[in-house]
Amino acid sequence: MTRIAVLKTYKLFIGGAFPRTESGRYYKIQNKANETIANVGLSSRKDFRNAVVAVRKAQDAWQGRAAFNKSQIIYRIAEILEGRKVQFVEELISQGSTKASAEKEVQMSIDRCVYYSGWCDKYQAIYSSVNPVATSHFNFSVPEPMGVVSIIASDETSLLGFISALLPCIVGGNTCIVLASSSKPLSAITFAEVLATSDVPAGIINILTGKEKELHTHFSNHMDVNAVVYCRTDKAIWKTIAQNASLNIKRSFWWNKDWAKSESENPYLIMDLQEIKTTWHPIENIGVSGAKY
Amino acid sequence: MAKKIKEQVQPFTWSYAPALESKDHIQLKQQYELFINGRFVKPNSGKYFDTINPSTEQVIAKVADANPKDVDSAMMAAKNAYDKTWSKISAKERGKYIFRIARIIQERAREFAVIESIDGGKPIRESRDIDIPLAANHFFYYAGWADKLQYAFPNQQIKPHGVAAQIIPWNFPLLMAAWKIAPALATGNTVVLKPAETTPLTAMKLAEVMQEADLPPGVVNIISGQKATGAAMVQHPIPNKIAFTGSTAVGKWIQNEIAGTDKKLSLELGGKGANIIFADAALDQAIEGIINGIFFNQGHVCCAGSRLFVQESVADIVVKKLKQRMETLIIGDPLDKQTDIGAINSKVQLDKINHYIKLGIKEEASMYQSSCALPSKGFFCKPTLFMHTSQSHRIVQEEIFGPVLAIQTFRTIEEVIEKANNIPYGLSAGVWTDKGSKIFNLTQKLKAGVVWANTFNKFDPASPFGGYKESGFGREGGVHGLAAYLQQF
Repeated sequence: MTRIAVLKTYKLFIGGAFPRTESGRYYKIQNKANETIANVGLSSRKDFRNAVVAVRKAQDAWQGRAAFNKSQIIYRIAEILEGRKVQFVEELISQGSTKASAEKEVQMSIDRCVYYSGWCDKYQAIYSSVNPVATSHFNFSVPEPMGVVSIIASDETSLLGFISALLPCIVGGNTCIVLASSSKPLSAITFAEVLATSDVPAGIINILTGKEKELHTHFSNHMDVNAVVYCRTDKAIWKTIAQNASLNIKRSFWWNKDWAKSESENPYLIMDLQEIKTTWHPIENIGVSGAKY
Repeated sequence: MAKKIKEQVQPFTWSYAPALESKDHIQLKQQYELFINGRFVKPNSGKYFDTINPSTEQVIAKVADANPKDVDSAMMAAKNAYDKTWSKISAKERGKYIFRIARIIQERAREFAVIESIDGGKPIRESRDIDIPLAANHFFYYAGWADKLQYAFPNQQIKPHGVAAQIIPWNFPLLMAAWKIAPALATGNTVVLKPAETTPLTAMKLAEVMQEADLPPGVVNIISGQKATGAAMVQHPIPNKIAFTGSTAVGKWIQNEIAGTDKKLSLELGGKGANIIFADAALDQAIEGIINGIFFNQGHVCCAGSRLFVQESVADIVVKKLKQRMETLIIGDPLDKQTDIGAINSKVQLDKINHYIKLGIKEEASMYQSSCALPSKGFFCKPTLFMHTSQSHRIVQEEIFGPVLAIQTFRTIEEVIEKANNIPYGLSAGVWTDKGSKIFNLTQKLKAGVVWANTFNKFDPASPFGGYKESGFGREGGVHGLAAYLQQF
């Protein structure tokens, strides 16, 4: 007699917990043979708003972590992901990937974590400046996170596009709410299990599943969101997002990229989600005769 | 302008003889046309509007009012100049043109300073020592970047946007023109710039400088106009880049208007800067900083320190010293070299400020105004303090853009950070304390693009400027100011 397999319930990931969607609604994810492999939650406006509350609470602490510590936390994601490679490959195959492409996608995703882990304590040095002002002041400019970022991740891949958009965001000290791929959402939720068992603080990455047409308005018009990133291809939806962004001068970005390309990982994506802060302080100027040697 | 000091606040009285800056050497025409394709041309609209001296309410000159057809010809000229000349000449030569512009402004600095004070109402001391030198320096600074851009963008390909449409405000007319035009030209863009309707004259004089520098026709086009002119520029299909400095409301309109297009945007919008005084600060120095923070340029400064937070234990002494210092401020003729506070830029702005002053009284904050006499003509406003304000007061939450300071007190660092950040704006902040570690604690936590520690309202071409949150995005000045004018890929 064959054993009955235990099916997994895919829920949302908000504030470090796995709640069901408040909406109570779901949609079916099917494999190539048209068999249902999962019922996935259709997130609502309320879910998004709950996620914003959770993420805002987490923002200051994450931003305040030492850059070196962030680096280790991101690297830890890569370690845990590496250990669960097989599970992710299987899940990608169940969502329609070939074995070869699934393996490649998982490997690239892990390597991308390693890549961005290294940036955590380096981009600041490259994109900061000490500014030689003409008056007697010490003046410097440093990048700082924008804050809460809402991301509509690529629909095309289940894991790689999702990871590639959220990493430059959190590496820069931001926190986020990410809409997983709508057609292939499973790996994003499984990735939440990786986050929950690594050292990533609760609340800094929140994951919703559902339809972009239902959620893009909420992702872009919430007044406590600082930036919105759109990674899909619908021009009309992008336009609405960019319009809604103007409600509170939200920064909006269209990352319409092929995430499998190596040039799609770079520090300029981190910098997209950074503000530049400039600080001035007077330099005492009593002895004008210069340094004495 | 002589002034008297109220006896009960300070026990002594003095007055000054006027020390007027001469107007003899300045050259102004009766009427200004549009500067398009290197020439001054009459507007297609056939319409002109008056620009007046806000300290006398007299008409200075008539200025052309550009309509959408005028905007179109300016855009075509800029596009043509980009395609045929500006994108073809070497970066080195491009830089040399910008150096020339800087030098000519330096040579004609006093003329520009006087016109700036006549047209905008700001004290000659400020236009002479701050606005005009900084404008020249901005061109000089960015001129040197023209042939070094690649060093600022490691591992990136860069390209100019093409035509940049730039709209600037009335508080620093020539300086804002320089902040916009200098980086745009250095990065290889051509420009259509619209000065504010109340302060078009130094921009039109800048057009003369462009001619004098022999800049190829169409590289810089300057068109005066009103709201509709700015809207037509934003909606025009040619510019790939829009740069705007002005109110948050207009900034939101622009962001919404160009949403979904390929146009890139940078916005430098309103502010409500927190100026934070700790008990351990050098108080006399801090008082100067507070005065400078709110009364510099009549308070018409987007980064003004218009919210003062004083630590409770020194609140009484700080307020007392502030009142004393306010009594010594000289309000009057902008062309008098002794004037500290000149004329409010326009009737509209004066009405807005007075509206907020009434609102503050209505909301039961306690008001103090300097006892100075105001000139009988022109738009003037007394330096004003509001004490006993709270976060919910509208004079605390909204940008007044005038010489009005709202004072609150605080006890702990946590409390003041919370209060300072609890506002939609995030342009500037000031911190006054003797303790370095406290400065860095605050400068890290204040959500503002520029933080002045033990100083305030300092600007430099090498120093990036711009806001967080609803104060806009993108930076002007410094190496970071280049990014707003380049495509990166």
